[in-house]
Amino acid sequence: MKLDSVPIRLERCAKTFPGAARPVLKPLDLDIAAGETVVLLGPSGCGKTTTLRLIAGLERPDAGGRVFFGAEDVSARPIEERQVGMVFQNYALFPHMNVRQNVAYGLSIRRLPPQQIARRVDELLALTRLDALAERQIAQLSGGQRQRVALARALAPQPRVLLLDEPLTALDAQLRESLRTEMNTLLRNLGVTTVYVTHDQAEAMALGDKIVVMSAGAIEQIGTPRDIYHQPANAVVASFIGTMNQLEGVWRDGALHCAGGRLIAAPGAQPRSRLWFRPEDVILTPSGGELHGVVESATFLGGHTRLSLSGVGAAPILVDAPGRTRYATGERIGFSLAAEVWHTPLPDTETTTC
Amino acid sequence: MKLLKTLQFSVTLALCAFLILPVLMSIAAGVSDNYAQGITHGLTLRWVAAVWTQYRQAVALSVLVAIACCAITLLVGVPAGYVLARSRHRAARLAEGLLMLPVAVPGLASALGLLVIYGSFGAFRNSLWFIVTGHIVFTLPFMVRSVAAVCASVDLRTLEEGAASLGAGLWQRGISVVLPVIRPGIVAGALTVVTLSLGEFNLTWMLHTPLTQTLPVGLADAYASMRIEIGSAYTLIFFLILIPLLILMQACGVNTPMAGHRNAR
Ligand SMILES: Nc1ncnc2c1ncn2[C@@H]1O[C@H](COP(=O)(O)OP(=O)(O)O)[C@@H](O)[C@H]1O
Ligand SMILES: [Mg+2]
Repeated sequence: MKLDSVPIRLERCAKTFPGAARPVLKPLDLDIAAGETVVLLGPSGCGKTTTLRLIAGLERPDAGGRVFFGAEDVSARPIEERQVGMVFQNYALFPHMNVRQNVAYGLSIRRLPPQQIARRVDELLALTRLDALAERQIAQLSGGQRQRVALARALAPQPRVLLLDEPLTALDAQLRESLRTEMNTLLRNLGVTTVYVTHDQAEAMALGDKIVVMSAGAIEQIGTPRDIYHQPANAVVASFIGTMNQLEGVWRDGALHCAGGRLIAAPGAQPRSRLWFRPEDVILTPSGGELHGVVESATFLGGHTRLSLSGVGAAPILVDAPGRTRYATGERIGFSLAAEVWHTPLPDTETTTC
Repeated sequence: MKLLKTLQFSVTLALCAFLILPVLMSIAAGVSDNYAQGITHGLTLRWVAAVWTQYRQAVALSVLVAIACCAITLLVGVPAGYVLARSRHRAARLAEGLLMLPVAVPGLASALGLLVIYGSFGAFRNSLWFIVTGHIVFTLPFMVRSVAAVCASVDLRTLEEGAASLGAGLWQRGISVVLPVIRPGIVAGALTVVTLSLGEFNLTWMLHTPLTQTLPVGLADAYASMRIEIGSAYTLIFFLILIPLLILMQACGVNTPMAGHRNAR
């Protein structure tokens, strides 16, 4: 199954709810290519759902904002005329209909011939592995099954755009992981323009062609998962996505001097007094090493051990130590940093909060 | 332990007897040949037949009033309950509170109000519609409450948005999603309205004319002016009409009107 999809474009879309003093969304511009999966990522309450509802047509942008599907200006169209498929956070399945009737709803509304509806519904039930549950009532389904019914129902009328609002948030961790993989495969195969809202960065990384990081009603950064992870545009993004260490010191003679020791710059590096790096950029060196820290805590996480080292810079440095080595608190260990950290652009350090 | 159980059982039994005995006595009186001489003296359907011939008109009128009242409260109350539950406006909360006012106000007072306003519209005042109006004033709140309660208990707004996202327009959403989902509330409301309308006495007694006598008004009349057997036979007929309704209400999970009044919020 392959769907026709359109690019989406938001122009100066702001949103102020009636009676509210401040806008929930500041004017934002967003371009989404046809067939692309874009993830809106940000802490709860930052305006992700509102942005999604603007695209869907469930909310209207403030004066001046416009929404385009391809060349068509859909700003004035209600949701029922936009041909979008939407999966709501609580799924919004019709409780008085069984699985088959739910999936068929969008097709029955369009008064398609019954045989055609039946064929299409069967196809979707197979695609979402719901064949065996077709006659079940919604109340008899598990969370994961409901999520798949909601997806099948949204896809049945062949939407131009697929909109998903935290579709996996209501599920338990293990199920979430397996459905995430499944969803990824499905979205790639469908090739439909998808906007996916989540506050889970792992989900965003796994699913997004592009990630839009939002906070406090504004877009902080738009980029591929790799861009966002390795080159965060600012401190908000850096701290929201994964773990980021910050090491401050004094630049002298081609090296960074700090409490933990002296770190010689990689060839061609600009002089810097501050480095940003991820736990996995740390290379533990049992014999010596350029920098030293004292193990403040060691948390065994299965695949690796998360260490917190003090005495290196102002804040503790978080390190992921692979393998079976045991670490004791108070132990002094040596490390150096991957050369790439010298080339990571510095995010600007002003902090915005949601 | 055993003693406690026995005690519990006896109390329950006594309570049932206390509630049911008068009803049974009344029914027994209605089929006794001569109540003063006791039920053993002989059984007869004479009184029931007599009541039926004399008050058939009242039965027919009551059913008619109940049906008209139910139809109109459905037409007005269902949309009102829906709008009330969906509205986030403060005025909606206020309206919800005011809604129970006609129920709290004694029926006599409501009736007086109606008489003051419409008393001079002769044709209307003497017609059955006057009674129907009174019953609507009294029963509409129950319909609105019942519908609003179901509307609030399911996330109707999101369900409608879901239907809209699948291409359903306003009317299609109403017919294919809203009405089926809130149907239990509508059914409960309708049963409550019919039961209340059939049993309503205070207001009706004030509003009725000799030509617009309903079932409960007729009952008062029968007890006041005739022998005890006639009144009792009347009660029997009344029960035969009401009990199936009450059973239906129970089956549909409807609280009795007064309990519903308290539990609605
Ligand atoms: N219908 C509404 N009326 C008023 N305020 C709203 C409404 N919907 C959302 N908000 C407010 O807008 C902000 C952003 O909400 P939302 O877009 O749902 O955030 P997110 O999905 O990122 O958690 C929140 O502060 C929320 O309280
Ligand atoms: Mg949200």
